[in-house]
Amino acid sequence: MTSKNSSETQPVGVIGAGNFGSAVANLLARQRPVLLYVRDEKVVKRILQTRENRGHSIHKNVVPTSDLQQVARECEVIFPIVPSLHFRSMMRKLSPHLHPYHILIHGTKGLDITLPKGQSIESVPKLNRSQVKTMSEVIREESVVVRVGCLAGPNLSKELAARHPAATVIASPFNEVISLGKKMLRNDRFQVYGNNDLIGVELAGVLKNIIAIASGALTGMGYGENARGLLISRGVVEMIHIGKALGGNVKAFLGVAGIGDLVTTSNSTLSRNFQVGYKLAQGMTLEETLSSMDEIAEGVNTVRIIKKCADYYKLRAPITNTLFKVLFEDLTVKQAISYLMRYPLNVDIDFLD
Amino acid sequence: MEVLEKKNKNKRYKPILEGIPDWPVYRLSRNRKEFIEQVAQKSIEHIKQLRPTRKHVIDELEATVYREQQRMKRNRWRVDPPDEAGFWSKIKQELLELSGKSPEESAKKETELLNIIVHRYANEIAGNFKPSSYRFAREVIKFWFSRLLNASRVKKFGGIFRNQYTLRDKIQIIGKVKQLRKLARQGTIVMVPTHFSNLDSILIGWIIHALGLPAFIYGAGLNLFNMKIFAYFMNSLGAYKVDRRKKNLLYLETLKMYSSIAIQRGAHSLFFPGGTRSRSGMIEKTLKLGLLSTAVEAQRNIYLNTLSGEKPQKIFVVPVTLNYHFVLEAPELIDDYLSIKGQDRYLPEQDPHGSWGLVKFMLKFFTKGSNISVSIGRAMDVLGNYVDDDGNSLDTNERIINTEDYFVLNGQLTVDAQRENEYTRMLSQRIVTEYHRINRIFASHLVAFVAFEMWQKQHPKLDLFGLLRLPEDELKLDYAAFRKTCKRIRKKIYQLKQEDKANHATHLKGKIDLVIQHGLENVGIFHLKRPLLKNKEGNIITQDLNLLYYYHNRMVGYDLEKFI
Repeated sequence: MTSKNSSETQPVGVIGAGNFGSAVANLLARQRPVLLYVRDEKVVKRILQTRENRGHSIHKNVVPTSDLQQVARECEVIFPIVPSLHFRSMMRKLSPHLHPYHILIHGTKGLDITLPKGQSIESVPKLNRSQVKTMSEVIREESVVVRVGCLAGPNLSKELAARHPAATVIASPFNEVISLGKKMLRNDRFQVYGNNDLIGVELAGVLKNIIAIASGALTGMGYGENARGLLISRGVVEMIHIGKALGGNVKAFLGVAGIGDLVTTSNSTLSRNFQVGYKLAQGMTLEETLSSMDEIAEGVNTVRIIKKCADYYKLRAPITNTLFKVLFEDLTVKQAISYLMRYPLNVDIDFLD
Repeated sequence: MEVLEKKNKNKRYKPILEGIPDWPVYRLSRNRKEFIEQVAQKSIEHIKQLRPTRKHVIDELEATVYREQQRMKRNRWRVDPPDEAGFWSKIKQELLELSGKSPEESAKKETELLNIIVHRYANEIAGNFKPSSYRFAREVIKFWFSRLLNASRVKKFGGIFRNQYTLRDKIQIIGKVKQLRKLARQGTIVMVPTHFSNLDSILIGWIIHALGLPAFIYGAGLNLFNMKIFAYFMNSLGAYKVDRRKKNLLYLETLKMYSSIAIQRGAHSLFFPGGTRSRSGMIEKTLKLGLLSTAVEAQRNIYLNTLSGEKPQKIFVVPVTLNYHFVLEAPELIDDYLSIKGQDRYLPEQDPHGSWGLVKFMLKFFTKGSNISVSIGRAMDVLGNYVDDDGNSLDTNERIINTEDYFVLNGQLTVDAQRENEYTRMLSQRIVTEYHRINRIFASHLVAFVAFEMWQKQHPKLDLFGLLRLPEDELKLDYAAFRKTCKRIRKKIYQLKQEDKANHATHLKGKIDLVIQHGLENVGIFHLKRPLLKNKEGNIITQDLNLLYYYHNRMVGYDLEKFI
């Protein structure tokens, strides 16, 4: 490639102007120009006029664009932050413009599934690991980019916007990706940690959404902190159990992206996944709940995928299984809780052997 | 069962470079002294980077001496030089004397010792390619092989003097031959074959010649040089020596530097990335990353050192699988495997066959019907991307990409050891995938796999060792059931081929009874105890379950077990 004068003046790309995408764009913009890809032309115009998007005031260094090719051409480092449902199709559009010198750090906490022809997520009985992919695996499959990382941790967009102290993890097998990400994101209110277990950190971020829904449901039922403490600690055990089977290490789940994120989302009314559980417990149906939200709650799909994975690998996943019945069958939250309270397994910790 | 084999299309290939003087390996050996000097210097530089302080260097020197003396005590080989005991005790003495010296004197002495050791290693590793003995060895192999072949095949008096059959009829080469020949003219080839038998080294040497390619330099286990016949051929074919007993940093760095610089100088190279022969009979699942990393490093250095305007020399990684019905050493290999399974301890290399065993095997091999096939894989760049026939790297959508970009950060070519370790790991995974894809499944593999898995299924409560302890005469498979299962698995193999995940020999097609017969006749054909055969009633029995397990393992890794 032609040598560009890059380090300080070259823009960084962010793909997706949702809540988290906007927040990350603002974080990056403190140090560098940012090119923010927005699918909708109208939103580009609106951001240019009002410097506002989804309640975030957009930093002056952020330039919105609807030209994906431009993002690949001008930026070497790109942060794709789009819902998992659209991630693969976005990568397919972006891929023809990517080169091996690009570095991609995604911020999507969801899973991608590839189904056999004629099957849907409702109809497929079980899912194995070759059908379920993390976002970094999608990037690797769909593009020539190998230097891939992810962003995970307790990062509620609204708190980031308000500049409350927070931290994140950048995970990548490549140290250069971690140190680059640190350099770009770190500031006096934002701490950045590194981790080499990319798959583990991705799975931690994905799986915690299941527990967040469950936590919302407990709160919706009016239960207090004892119940939540119980849920979070058992939730960690379940996350690790599933995470190990899908290719992650225990360690990732005990860090900022695991327990850190889990505690945050399980306590926060700001979290969409929490809201889903809360509203269900209040008696709304899943349909009503989802239509009342402006963005996708990744956790709902994650429950469905992980339940079918757990069936394939014969994993013990009582919280996920019960939640699946609440979301997609007609178990009530109340029934679910009484079922879980009678669950026979009573070993506290069994993953540290 | 020649009838089952498709008419052999193997043709003769013209050499791509006319005279031996044009061969990179020859140019290397002509400048042998200068080359070794460069290897030694660069190795020392690199070691000093890795061990930056004086204390580190001294620790490393002491560790090296200690390990070498332990090796000599425990595991000496015929090929080891007679002076080595004296050499290492002298180094040890000089290290002891360091403590009495001033820091400046001591520093000087340390560098000197480092120099001496690294030079010794570099000389020990370096190959010695001689055109005259290369030609001689080549002719000897060709002459005797074809004499033996014709003696057995042409059923007429004086068959031994005929030229009706050549090695090419015995050894089939399939796959991306044309591409390989074309790329060998434009770039540097790094060939990485699977490793099942000591015979591989000679076989691959012949194949390279048969394809019209110039001799490759290649990393051969030093244990092979214990056998005089091997030693002669290996030396003349351009082999350099890899001593897997020596695990000290100085040796490993020198070895890697040797390979890296040779590749950078454009010498086509070959090494077995599995390290040693596959003990289990399985296709390698994990590869040794040491020598493989030199391909990545060499490519990066080539990019760094290419002046603007020049076209950088590209490195092409070519996986190759060698497919046998029979592996001479199978009984010892599988015993090794079973005794180390579960406990990772060091095993000395043993070659109980010696030169005579090898000659006997050769005789059998050429006088009886058992073919070998060699699959040449599609060439890849050092990141594991396929390349087209002009050497361009392609992404999955066949778009041309620039391999150099993988080494770029912030618009600059950079050196990053951690990154390259990761790239090497990725490359090794790609090679393993390619091995499985181009592996040619034989009828003998099929029958061994099906029989063993059926017995395993009949005894679901036994683990592997429990199963292997069953007395052989208790094991019997009804032919009809065996036939049915073979047919089912064969269908799955066809499917794998369609999905481009495996390949199979043409003899696998056709009537299943004939395929099974072909398989039974060939599986482990020359062993004293046959792994699989039919009894008088026509049912399937075994004489040696361990061996059957070995041949069965060839088809492990395709997830076919669940269809038994």
